[in-house]
Amino acid sequence: MADTTRRRGWVGYALFLPAAAWLLVFFVVPFYSLFATSLYDQSGSDFRGWEMTYEFGNYADAIEQYWQPLLRAILYAGIATLICLVLGYVLAYAIAFKSGRWKTLLLVLVIAPFFTSFLLRTLSWQLLLADDWYIVDFLQFLHILGPDDRLLNTPVAVITGLAYNFLPFMVLPLFASIDKIDHRLIEASGDLYANPVAAFFKVTWPLSLPGVVSGTLLTFIPAAGDYINAQLLGNTNTRVIGSVIEGQFTDANNSAIAASLSMSLMVIILVMVFLYIRRAGTEDLL
Amino acid sequence: MNWIRRHLVLILGLLVLAYTFVPIAVVVLMSFNDPATRNVYRFDGFTLHNWTNMCEDPAMCDALWLSIRVGLLATLVATLLGTLAAFALVRYDFFGRSSSNLLIFLPMAAPEIVLGSSLLTLFVQGGFAGQLGFWTIFIAHVMFCLSFVVVTVRSRLAGMDDTLEQAAADLYATPSQTFWRVTFPLVLPGILGAALLSFSLSFDDFIITNLNSGSETTFPMYVWGAARVGVPMQVNVVGTLMFVISVVIVVAVELNNRRRQKALAAT
Repeated sequence: MADTTRRRGWVGYALFLPAAAWLLVFFVVPFYSLFATSLYDQSGSDFRGWEMTYEFGNYADAIEQYWQPLLRAILYAGIATLICLVLGYVLAYAIAFKSGRWKTLLLVLVIAPFFTSFLLRTLSWQLLLADDWYIVDFLQFLHILGPDDRLLNTPVAVITGLAYNFLPFMVLPLFASIDKIDHRLIEASGDLYANPVAAFFKVTWPLSLPGVVSGTLLTFIPAAGDYINAQLLGNTNTRVIGSVIEGQFTDANNSAIAASLSMSLMVIILVMVFLYIRRAGTEDLL
Repeated sequence: MNWIRRHLVLILGLLVLAYTFVPIAVVVLMSFNDPATRNVYRFDGFTLHNWTNMCEDPAMCDALWLSIRVGLLATLVATLLGTLAAFALVRYDFFGRSSSNLLIFLPMAAPEIVLGSSLLTLFVQGGFAGQLGFWTIFIAHVMFCLSFVVVTVRSRLAGMDDTLEQAAADLYATPSQTFWRVTFPLVLPGILGAALLSFSLSFDDFIITNLNSGSETTFPMYVWGAARVGVPMQVNVVGTLMFVISVVIVVAVELNNRRRQKALAAT
């Protein structure tokens, strides 16, 4: 960090105010609207209007009806995050320690694929995982898949898509953390007779933990709310909570239930994040 | 064998990197596809038809045009507001500076479906349910691009010290001369990077837009709607162009950056 002195006075406020105002009005206040909407009487509609009846029962209704898509979304996102962690760690480690003068180029290559449309990338997996394509053929040849088994329209396809689409959110924070590690520490552990595996688990991994924590959060959170992968690569039994929320707002026109589900999703994620950060011992991250 | 063992990590890393390009290869391939049927997404034969008849479905080009307009406008506003905020956070001290980090961080960490649905409830309660469209999409896009701009520009600003600016001031440059001739050119790559990121975030967003767009259709929404019945292959032309254009811009910014650093090192 540069030793720039910070100036005081009204200029700082003036510069910060427009962005802060935008976020307050269109990010913070909407949470109040969402909470209020979640307590409306369910019999209302956008046309007839909604009645505020402090209907806390909406939450019980919402969870009772839709606990399965909720649990599914968290499960899929969790597995996808673990896959991202393994793939992303290898990639980030290779770029940070082994790429030499190609570092910047490789970092550009990490984000490059993600400049194409999210939806088109996901559609590509429809082709890659199709029944008559090479991946399925190969897995059937190895007898990992039975002759009639398929990948497309299964939970495996949904998780594959999630793990693919959110990979850069894992790689970039991991890279930032691993790149900062002082190489001499790893060499020192070698001098002290640690084998490479021990050196990794005793030195590199603990030092990269901040990156692991922020990477897993930045992958898990958006993945838990995503429904594009579940819809395009899954089937009716892979419906996730995001899709239910969207449907309740638009097709079913039941904003009260949709808002309750949205609030529940957020609270569940916040609680999980809080427990996770406490366990990882990196509260100073936020 | 020894060579492989020594470079194992690098090889594995490059394999992971190669894997991330496989779906892109499919997008490029499918842009040349001559589909036999719309129901199955597979390569049936080679044609240039999709490239030469991009607007065969006018609805797709309308959607594309809307996405470009929203993207440009949202990028402009988000980059401006975000850059100002980044300057405030790095260069100025003000009440609430440290807690404002949370305000910047949270929109990036919240799931899109939650952001989208809360914004929708705000619009409905504010009586704008009938006016959902271009401007509500624009408001939403500025909101979720802002944080990314702030973070990108802030890291660029924090990475440079103010010795050059002090030197300019010592040489009797006025504050505005110092800003436009020294500070701004140094931060510009960060601002451009942030703008590029904003545009691609805005152009690509589906979940938030879908809830707040009323009857308007952006490009991702068009793809979503078409996916139920089979997408026209022209969408892959758009995907390929997006990929090529952004890579060219990123590489150009990076090369320019390097040239400058070399020039700076030479002096």
